[in-house]
Amino acid sequence: MSADTYLGVPLHRPRVAFFEFTACEGCQLQILNNEATLLDFLSLVEVVSFREAMKEHSDDYEIAFVEGSITRADEAARLKKIRKNARVLVAMGSCACFGGVNQLKNRFDQKWIKQEVYGKFPIESEKARPLSDIVDVDLEIYGCPIKKEEVEKIVTNLVLGKAVTHPKYPVCMECMANDNICLYKVGEPCLGPVTRAGCDAWCPGSRFGCWGCRGPADAANVDQLISIMEEHNFSTDTIIDRLECFGGFSEFVDALKKKSGKSKTKKKRARK
Amino acid sequence: MKVSCNVNVHHLSRVEGHGNIHIKIKDGKLKEASWEVVETPRFFEAMLVGKKWDNAPWICGRICGICSIGHTLASIRAVENAFGIVPSEQTRKLRLLLKHMETLQSHILHLYFLAAPDFVNAGSVFPLIKSHPDVVARAARLKLVANDACDVIGGRRLHPTTTVVGGFTMVPDKRELELIKTRLEGAMVDLSQTAELFRSFPIPDFSRETEFVSLKGQGDYPFIGGDLVSTDGVRMKEKDYAKMTNEYSVKQSTAKWARLSRDSFAVGALARLNNNFVYLHPTARELSESFGLRPVNHNPYMNNVAQLIECVHVTLDSINLINEILDTEWDEPRQPVKHKKGTGVAAVEVPRGILYHSYEFDKDGKIVKSDCVIPTGQNHANIQHDLKALAVEFAAGGKKDADIELLAEMLVRSYDPCISCSVH
Repeated sequence: MSADTYLGVPLHRPRVAFFEFTACEGCQLQILNNEATLLDFLSLVEVVSFREAMKEHSDDYEIAFVEGSITRADEAARLKKIRKNARVLVAMGSCACFGGVNQLKNRFDQKWIKQEVYGKFPIESEKARPLSDIVDVDLEIYGCPIKKEEVEKIVTNLVLGKAVTHPKYPVCMECMANDNICLYKVGEPCLGPVTRAGCDAWCPGSRFGCWGCRGPADAANVDQLISIMEEHNFSTDTIIDRLECFGGFSEFVDALKKKSGKSKTKKKRARK
Repeated sequence: MKVSCNVNVHHLSRVEGHGNIHIKIKDGKLKEASWEVVETPRFFEAMLVGKKWDNAPWICGRICGICSIGHTLASIRAVENAFGIVPSEQTRKLRLLLKHMETLQSHILHLYFLAAPDFVNAGSVFPLIKSHPDVVARAARLKLVANDACDVIGGRRLHPTTTVVGGFTMVPDKRELELIKTRLEGAMVDLSQTAELFRSFPIPDFSRETEFVSLKGQGDYPFIGGDLVSTDGVRMKEKDYAKMTNEYSVKQSTAKWARLSRDSFAVGALARLNNNFVYLHPTARELSESFGLRPVNHNPYMNNVAQLIECVHVTLDSINLINEILDTEWDEPRQPVKHKKGTGVAAVEVPRGILYHSYEFDKDGKIVKSDCVIPTGQNHANIQHDLKALAVEFAAGGKKDADIELLAEMLVRSYDPCISCSVH
C-alpha cells in the first residue's frame, strides 16, 4: 500500500462503500477480480463497506458504488438511505443503469411470473427498475459485467477530481480499430453499430455479436440498424431478443413491438 | 446448557447474497436457530419463457457472478441434450478446462478472501494486505492465473463470450495455452503453501450426519454430465434430477429448499469428494489423507479443506488437458445447430455443488418452460439443520455469545453459499 503522503503532501483517499440490490453481484466481483492491480486500486481509496468482502461496516462514506436493480419496497428504502449518506452515487453495471436482464420479467404480468416460479407460495416482488427511477444517480458505469479497466479509470478520475466522460461513439468504432472481422459478414447479429463504446468491443472481439449491455450510443440510429438486420434476414424476434436483453434500448423495443404487432405485456396462462 | 444466548446477524458478510442468522436460547432451552434467506428473486425461469434457444446460456450465465461459466455450460448442455447435439472431443476438453479454471478461481476466492479471515481474527482480507503481504500476493497470483485462463478460453472471466451451443465461437491461441500451463505448474508451489496455511487453522470440531449428493464418477472425478448419486445409496439418471431434488418453498427463505432420503442433504466440494474420492488425482488424494479427510466425512467445516483438495486436483488435471490439446491439431470450433421440439436436462458440478438446468422447447426452438436447481438452494435446509445442532452443542459447552456467533457465521461460510444464485 502507498503512504498517506506523496512528496510530503497529504493524499485524500475518499471513503467508498459498495452495495448491491437485485443482481448477480458479478460487478462487485469484477473489483475483486482485479488481482494484478487490486492493491494499487485499494491504495487510492478507503473501503469502509463492502459486505461481500468484509465484516466491518460504516455509514460514513463519500462515494457509494451501487450494483443491481430495485424489485422490492425495502430495497427502494435502503437505496434512499444510501443516497442520503453518499456525496456521489455511482450506478454500477447494466442492472443498476437500465434494469439489466432482470427487466426481462417486466414483459409479463407480475402475477403470472410469481405463479410460474413459486406456484401458490406468496412472494414479494415488483417490476425491476433502474436506480435512477428511485434516486438521483451522479454517474453510470455501463456494462454486463463492468470492465475493470474502465472502473479503475473512472475511480482514478473521481479521486483526482477529473471529469468522467463516456465515449459518444458506438462499439463498431472500437471493433474497426481492433481490425476485428465484422460479424454481419459471417451471419451473426450484432448491436455494435448502436451500442455505446468503452468496452473495447469485448464480445465482438471473441466473435460473439453485441447484445447492447451498455445501452445506446449518443445519436444511435436504431431504425437504421433494424433495417440492416432485416436485410440480413434476421427475424423480428431475433432483433427484439437482442434489443431488449439488458434494458438500455427499451424505448426502441416498445416501438418495434407496436409496429410488428407484438404487445408489450403478454398475459401468460400458468401451466403446471 | 447455557442459560441464555442471543445471536442476530443481519445480512451476513463475506458470502454472496443476503442471508440472516438468528439463534436464541432462553432459560436453557433452544427457542430459535434459523438461517433466513431474504434475497430478492429475479425469476429467471419465467423471463426465459418465449425466448429463443440461443438466449438461454447468455441470460442464464447471469444467474451468478461467481460461477457464470458453470451456469453457461449447464445451460448449453441442456440445450444440446434437447436438440440431440453431442459435443466434439475438442469442445469437451476445452469446456472441462474452462470449468476447472472457474473452480480454481472460485475456490481460491472463497478460501482466502471469504473463509481465511475468520481463522486469523480479521474482518476481511484488506488488513492482511499489510500484515501478511506474501499470503495475499499468493492468493492474488493463484486467482489471477485461473482468471487469465478463463479469459483465454472463454473470452472473459465473467459472463463468458466464446461459449455457445454447438461448441466455441473461436479456439484459444496455443501459445497462450502453453503459457497458462507453465503458470499452472508454478501454481502447484503456491497450492502446497496454501495447504500448509490451512493446516495451521483449527477446523472446528463438529459433525452432523447427513446425505451427500453429487454426480457419480465413471473413471474420472465428475464435472460435466452423468449419473447422480448420494451417500445414502440413491442413484438416478441426469434427466430425473427433479426426483433427486424435490424442491419446496418455506417461509424463512425466498430460495426453495430440497430434500432426498432425509430432511436435508448437502452438495459441494465435500459431497463430490465423499462420493468420488477414488477418482481424485493421486496427489490430491494423498493431500486429503494428510488432512484426515476420507469418505464419508460429516463435518461441514471440512468443505474448506475439500475445496483445497479440489484446487490441487483441477490444477493437475488442467495441465494434463492442456498437454492433450497442444498435441492435437485444431478442429472446427463449432458445429451447426438445428433446433427441435423437446426437453433437455443438464447436471453440472459447479464450485458450490451440483447444478441442474432443464428447458422445454417448442417446434420453433423457443422456451416453453424452464427450471434451474441451484447448489446453494439444495444446501439451505442442510445449513438450517446444522445451525440448530451447532447452537445446542456449542451452547451446552458453555461458549460465549460472540464465539457462537463466529462459529455460526463460519459454518454458513464453509458452505460458500451463493445466495442470490440460489434465489435466482
